[in-house]
Formats: sequence, C-alpha cells, structure tokens
Amino acid sequence: MNIIDRRLNPKGKSLANRQRFLRRAKEQIVKAVRDTSGKRSIQDIENGDKISISTGGVREPTFHRSASGGLREHVVPGNKEYMEGDTIPRPDGGGGKGGSEGSPDGDGEDDFRFVLSREEFLDIFMEDLELPDLVKQKIKQTESFSLHRAGYSSNGSPSNLNLVRTMRNSLSRRIALRRPKPEEIELLEREIADLEANGADDGRLTELRGELERQMKRSRLIPYLDPVDVRYNRFERVPRPVAQAVMFCLMDVSGSMTEHMKDLAKRFFILLYLFLKRRYRHVDIVFIRHTHEAKEVDEETFFYSAETGGTVVSTALEEMRRIIADRYPEDEWNIYAAQASDGDNMSNDNAKSAALLENVILPMCQYFAYIEVSQDYEGGLGGALGSSLGRETDLWRTYKLVAKPGAPIAMRKVRTRREIFPVFRDLFSREKATA
Amino acid sequence: MSMQMLENTGQLIYEGADWDYDKIKRAYDAIERIAVDEMGLDTYPNQIEVITAEQMLDAYSSIGMPLMYKHWSFGKHFAQDETLYRKGLRGLAYEIVINSSPCISYIMEENSMTMQTLVIAHAAFGHNHFFKNNNLFRQWTDAKGILDYLEFAKTFIIKCEERYGHQAVERTLDAAHALMSHGVHRYPRKQPLDLREEQRREDERTEYNRKMYNDLWRTVPTKPGVKESVTAVESRKALLALPEENILYFLEKKAPRLHQWQREILRIVRRVAQYFYPQKQTKLMNEGCATYTHYYIMNRLHQKGLMSDGALLEFLHSHTSVVFQPNFDDPRFSGINPYAIGFAMMQDIERISTQPTDEDRAWFPDLAGNGDPMGTLREAWANFRDESFVLQYLSPHLMRKMRMFEVRNDASEPEMLVEAIHNERGYRKVRKALARQYDIGYLEPDIQIVDVDLSGDRKLILQHRVINRVLLDESDARAVLRHVANLWGYEVMLVEVDATTEAVLKEHTVSASSLLLS
Repeated sequence: MNIIDRRLNPKGKSLANRQRFLRRAKEQIVKAVRDTSGKRSIQDIENGDKISISTGGVREPTFHRSASGGLREHVVPGNKEYMEGDTIPRPDGGGGKGGSEGSPDGDGEDDFRFVLSREEFLDIFMEDLELPDLVKQKIKQTESFSLHRAGYSSNGSPSNLNLVRTMRNSLSRRIALRRPKPEEIELLEREIADLEANGADDGRLTELRGELERQMKRSRLIPYLDPVDVRYNRFERVPRPVAQAVMFCLMDVSGSMTEHMKDLAKRFFILLYLFLKRRYRHVDIVFIRHTHEAKEVDEETFFYSAETGGTVVSTALEEMRRIIADRYPEDEWNIYAAQASDGDNMSNDNAKSAALLENVILPMCQYFAYIEVSQDYEGGLGGALGSSLGRETDLWRTYKLVAKPGAPIAMRKVRTRREIFPVFRDLFSREKATA
Repeated sequence: MSMQMLENTGQLIYEGADWDYDKIKRAYDAIERIAVDEMGLDTYPNQIEVITAEQMLDAYSSIGMPLMYKHWSFGKHFAQDETLYRKGLRGLAYEIVINSSPCISYIMEENSMTMQTLVIAHAAFGHNHFFKNNNLFRQWTDAKGILDYLEFAKTFIIKCEERYGHQAVERTLDAAHALMSHGVHRYPRKQPLDLREEQRREDERTEYNRKMYNDLWRTVPTKPGVKESVTAVESRKALLALPEENILYFLEKKAPRLHQWQREILRIVRRVAQYFYPQKQTKLMNEGCATYTHYYIMNRLHQKGLMSDGALLEFLHSHTSVVFQPNFDDPRFSGINPYAIGFAMMQDIERISTQPTDEDRAWFPDLAGNGDPMGTLREAWANFRDESFVLQYLSPHLMRKMRMFEVRNDASEPEMLVEAIHNERGYRKVRKALARQYDIGYLEPDIQIVDVDLSGDRKLILQHRVINRVLLDESDARAVLRHVANLWGYEVMLVEVDATTEAVLKEHTVSASSLLLS
C-alpha cells in the first residue's frame, strides 16, 4: 500500500475548465451581470457575487424519457396503510411522488446559480468599457524601478551567489589545472601503506612518497574553490513606466443636496474609481466639496458631513485648478474629474463656471463627467413630471454650452440607483469612445 | 458475528481524532488482515492519496477521475458543486475511489482518524474488491490502462485545440457528450480491451496515413456519370452494419464528413462512456458491497480491541446516516438509497445463510443455511449486476421489513394504483418491478440507428422504441438530434415507434448546420 500526500499539488486544476465555462456562457453571464448590477449595491460589486443564468446555452442535453405521460411503475418503501388495489390521488407536478426514476438531468436546471469572483465580475462588468484619451502615459522617475535579471557578475552580495555557475567554474578550473582528485590521493596512500607493510621495493616506495607529496602540494596550491570562480546573479534596475491617474470628485454639498442625492453621487464615484484602478497602476483621488466656497477634504467628510451655504460651482473648479497646479502637473498625470450636483448654481456664477471649465479645466482633463442627481420620485406621479419633462437646471444649461462635440465632457442625469450602472456604462462604452 | 468478545486482546491502533501516516498504516494493516483472512477479499494493490477539500471539489468536476481532458461542462459542474458546498447545502463525499490498478482512493485531510479508517475499509477494500471481481468490470474496463488512456486523451485534445481551435474541438465534444449514454457497446466483443494497444494502434494508423499520403490521388479524375445502382435496403443495412445502437460508434466509423481528429474525439468519449458503463449498472451492488465490508471490518476492529468504543460510536453515527432510507411520504425521500438497500440485502443474505427461517428455505433452497455467508456474498458480488441481484436475492423478509409496495402510475388513469404490496401475492411482483427499476436497458431509452438513405439525401434515420408510451423529452431530444445531425453532416430523423404495436408515435427531423464541418 502506498500513501501519497497530494495536498501540496497545485490547486485550481479545474481553472481551465472554469475559463472554458465562462467563455461558453459569456453572453448569458454578461447579460446577467448587467441585469442584476442595476439592483445591487456597490459593495456587492466589490465582492463579486452569486449570479444566476438561464441554462439555455450551457445545457447538456441527452436522450432521456420525458417526465410525464405514459405508464410507469415504481417500487417505494414505507407502506403504512395501502392494500393491493387501492388508488392514490396523483400528487401535483406530473412525475409523482414515487417518481424515483424521474429524469435526473431534467430537474432544477432552469436556473443555474454560481459565484463569480470579484475579478471575474469586474472583468465582465467593465469588459467593453474604455477610457477615453489614454495618451498621457508618462514615465515618472520616482520609486518606479524594477529589478531585472541581467546575467552574472564576479562580485555581489552573498545572498545573490549563483551556486551552479560558481561550481561550474570551479570544476573547469580544477580540471584545467589538473588538481588531483581525492580518489587518486587515496589510491597513492593505500599503495604506500601496502608497500610499507610488505617492506619490499624501497625505490618504488620513495618514488611514490615523492609523488604523493607533489600531489598534496598541488591540491594545496590549487584550491577547491577559488575567489575567481565565484559568480553572483546580477540585477539591473530598470525604470518602469507608470501610468498614473488622479481623479477629482467634485460635489455640491449645499443644503439642497439630500442624502439620497449624495448616495447616488457616491455610487458613481466609486464605480469610476474601480474603473480607473483597473486601467492605471496608481490612482489618486482628490475630494473637493463646495457650497459657496470649495475645500479639499477627506473621503469621510466628503460624503458624510453636513454643510450649509449657497452654491457657487466655480469655486470648486477654481480649487481643482489650484490643486492641479500644486501637485499634479498635467504632463505627468492623467486627470479625470467627476462632478455631482443637483444642478443649482448662483445665477451670476454660471458664466464664470462655463468659462473656467471651457478654458482651463477641460484642456487639462482627459475626461470630465457631470452627473446631475435629482430627487427620487420612485413610482409616484412626480417621477414622470419631475424628469421626463426635463426641467433643465441652471448648471445643466451652462454646461450644455460648453459640451460641444469633441470636448472631453459628458453629462448625464441620474434619478434612481438603478440608473447608475446604465449611465456609467453609457459614459464609457467603447463604441462611444471610438465614435 | 456471534463468537467474538473473547479475543479482546489487541492494542488500540489509534486514539483521538487526529490522524497521521503511522496510524493510517497501522489501521490499514489491521483492516487488511480482516479483509483478506476473514472475508477473503481479493483486491488490486492500493494507493491512498490524501487531498484537501478544494482538491476534492476539483476531482468532483472531472467525474472523479484524477486526470481528464478539458471541457466547459466540467467547469459548470465545478461551479455548481462549489456553490452548494460553500453555502453548506451539501457536504463533500468522504472519499472517491477509482477503478484502476493500483486502485486509487482519495481521502480528505479534514476527516478524523475514524473516518479515515472507515474510508479505507469502504473504498480501498470494499469497492476495490468489487472492481476487481465483478464480471461487468472485468469484461468492460481495463483497470491497468485507464489512467494511461486518459493521459493520452487529455494531450490529444489539447493538441487538437492548438491545431484546430478551441471552438471546433468544443463543438465536437459537446456533440459527443450529448450522445455519451448512447455510445456504449452493450454486448461483449471477442477480445478483451487493452487500452494501451488501442493507443498504439491509433498511433500506427496516423503514421500509416501520413506515410501513404499522396496528393496526386486528389487529381486523378473519376469516371463521370457513374450512377450508383439503388441498393436493396437489406444489403445496405448489412453493409453499414445496421441497426446499430452505439450511435457514437456508428458516427465515428461511418459519418462521411468528419475529420480524422473528430473521429478520434468521438472515440475517446466513447471509451470513457464504456469505462463508466458498468458503474451505472452496479450502483446498488457496488455501494452495498463497500458498505457491508466497512460495517463488518469496523465491528471486527472493535471486537478485536483495536478500536475504542468512542470511535465505534462515531463510525456508527456516520454509517447510519449513510444507510438511512426515508419512507416514500417523507419530505426527504428521493428514491431508494442504493447504500441502504444494498447493505440491507447483503445483511439479509448473511442472515439467510446462517439463520434461515422456513420461508427462506422455500425461497432460497440452495442458499439457506449453507453456513458460508462470505462465500455466498463473494459469489453474488462477482456474478451479478443490480437488476439480476435484486431479482435473485431480494427476500420476502426484507420486502416486509422495508414495507415495499408497487405503484402503477398510468397517465391515462385519473389516479395511481397500488399494484402489489409486501404480501404473499405481491412478493414476486414487487421484486420484479424493483429489479426493473435497476435495469439499464429499461431505464435508458432504446434508440438505434436503423437506416441511411444512401441513394437520396443521405438522411440518417434513428428509431426510438417506446416502452409504456413514455416518449422522449422533446426539447432535449431535439437538441441531441441537432448534435447528431452536425456530426453526420446531413439531415437526421428520429422516429418514435411503439415497441409493441409498431405504431409511429412521433417524428423529429433536424437538419445539419455546417458549423462543425467547416
């Protein structure tokens, strides 16, 4: 009997099968992901989740008898009261309770549920999304070296010692200089010992002794391992191009923004962040909130602290410009901005905002997304009135002037959570980017 | 087991729940002594492999084989099993055992020492003995060659994927899988299979084709206008060796438009199906044999003082849940548990053999009181399959004990009818009906290829002989026919014919799409 420990064998043997399965069911999975993502919270997106797809494309059909019709006989255990000739009303659902031979394949396959990992989910969710304008991929000099193997060197730190190379050099040197092998010396010694024991042939003995001494000297002079043999692995520092992005989140936090609106905005920001993170190794986020004055804050404050005041959008744009000038030189960073607002603005500020956006911000940005959030009138009559009539807000009208074709700006209205995903997809869909 | 308790002299082979290799070795040796000396079991050499839960799930997905070619359906099953397992809806099997020589048993690292002992007794001796001795397995499977063959299959399919693309291979495999249950020879052929030999011959064939290939043949003009004379139906059928119930075999040999590699893939799937064919027919016996063996061995270990009382209780706990049979009106009921009925029947044989009643003497004259339960069981294990085993050995005593009754469910009647119960008049009827429930020839629809229209549009005609008016599941049948049509390359028709009246009940026709043969 053999006992073999297989626990250390590589895991994920079925990974290849899983990939084949995902590829096979791709269409349905994509659909399921899109369908369900509208309903779920961002946290779910982050964790990956159970999705269920219809079994259509992944069905494995076989020839088998249908589960209903015809004549069937079953033997079942546990009779309590039945006598021969009794009749039993047929239970609902065709096959019958005693249906022990009902088709094993036909059951419960209408919906196929399984879990997608976070990576798989995001892959599929963001599959055909593309970042517009991926031009600025700058090489930045700081902290971005990677070590690459680059041959061998004759000096280095002991931890980089390359044993194989070293021993190979040592061996070839020993062969070349004819260093006596231990066996040869042993052989000589044995022969001398033999001769000494026998006490015969003096001449031969001295000859051998001389030979032994020569060989011993030789092996002392030619060391087993010489410093010239030693080789180290050599590493080179190679500068690595860093594609980095900074994402500006601008939000109006004046009194007119309700919790619901902030929630919508937050969802959008998180999506954008996840998306950027998949495209860039390094993504910075800057939160700027504004009322009648703008301030850079941390995330917590950004989303959760209340503030009162009027609404002056240009202050936020101004702040953004200041921060870019300060910390994010535009030739080194890809700059994205997302602005969320309920559309209010001081009427005397509209012109200033438009000018600032058009002349200063947009030229620096890769992309500027404006999300107008509004109250959720879910189901009520107000819903139809509130948005489909499309009362345009001050800010919307202002930005509309700026949003000429070709300008890196997009504007969308979002009313309910359900709309976040479609709007996001809409903004970044590849077709749009290429069009 | 009556005379024991006297020989309580042994040292415990283990204590506590943790296992290590020494304990497993000791347990294995003790089990082997009982299995070989007392039960007379004859097994392939054993190889026990310790794996993790993750790896167990992996093994699940590739139908229990340690290596398998890649296909999305295995990934689907993995996803399904994983979801159920993670949710805690389903536990994992304690073991998987492979019919190969050496016989590989997987045991999970999470198991306690008692469970490992149980698994070794169950799989490494019970199943192993059954694999080696049952005539179906001896006839149909090549335990020595299976792993080599799967290795060949795996690399062959990888090569095909590289050469012909994932999609083409996947389509071929899909089609072959759909026909898997109709890709077996049900009757033995002349020489026993040797999979190594198969593989060598395949290599030779390819090599020969390669050497003999001459592009000139393509350019040799054929005589124009030579019409085939209309062959008589009979001689055509004889020529094509029709009717043929092994659909995969027929397509592999006769489908006109398949590529050589596609034929080889059909062959691989067919071989795998054939390898699993005996397992389908001996579920009850195989599990019964393994369960009876572990029950005997575990009790003997305890009686010999090699196992503690606590360990015995732990074993009994899992044993009883394995052989639990809920009644038909229990919400947990999902058919007859093969472990339960197999184990019960084998214990019953032991009882008939050692303490028969008058009834047993009347029903089993050559068996009752022969005093050799092990010999009787070994013979049953060697020579029967589920259907014949039930027909031969199910006793009135057990039918009463399990309170079995037969229900007739005729869709044309308003209510179901109790046809027979566990009484004098009903025993034979119940037994016959139960045996039929295990008859694979009855469980799987009888579908054969009956004709090909060679002079016309090459339509392939299949026939389903309908028993008891139960037709095929339509949507699945059409889906499978589509696969058949794709492999055949031309239109395919399936006729459902009543087996007794020869009346045509239904016809399905599906034409081929050119996807597969492009």
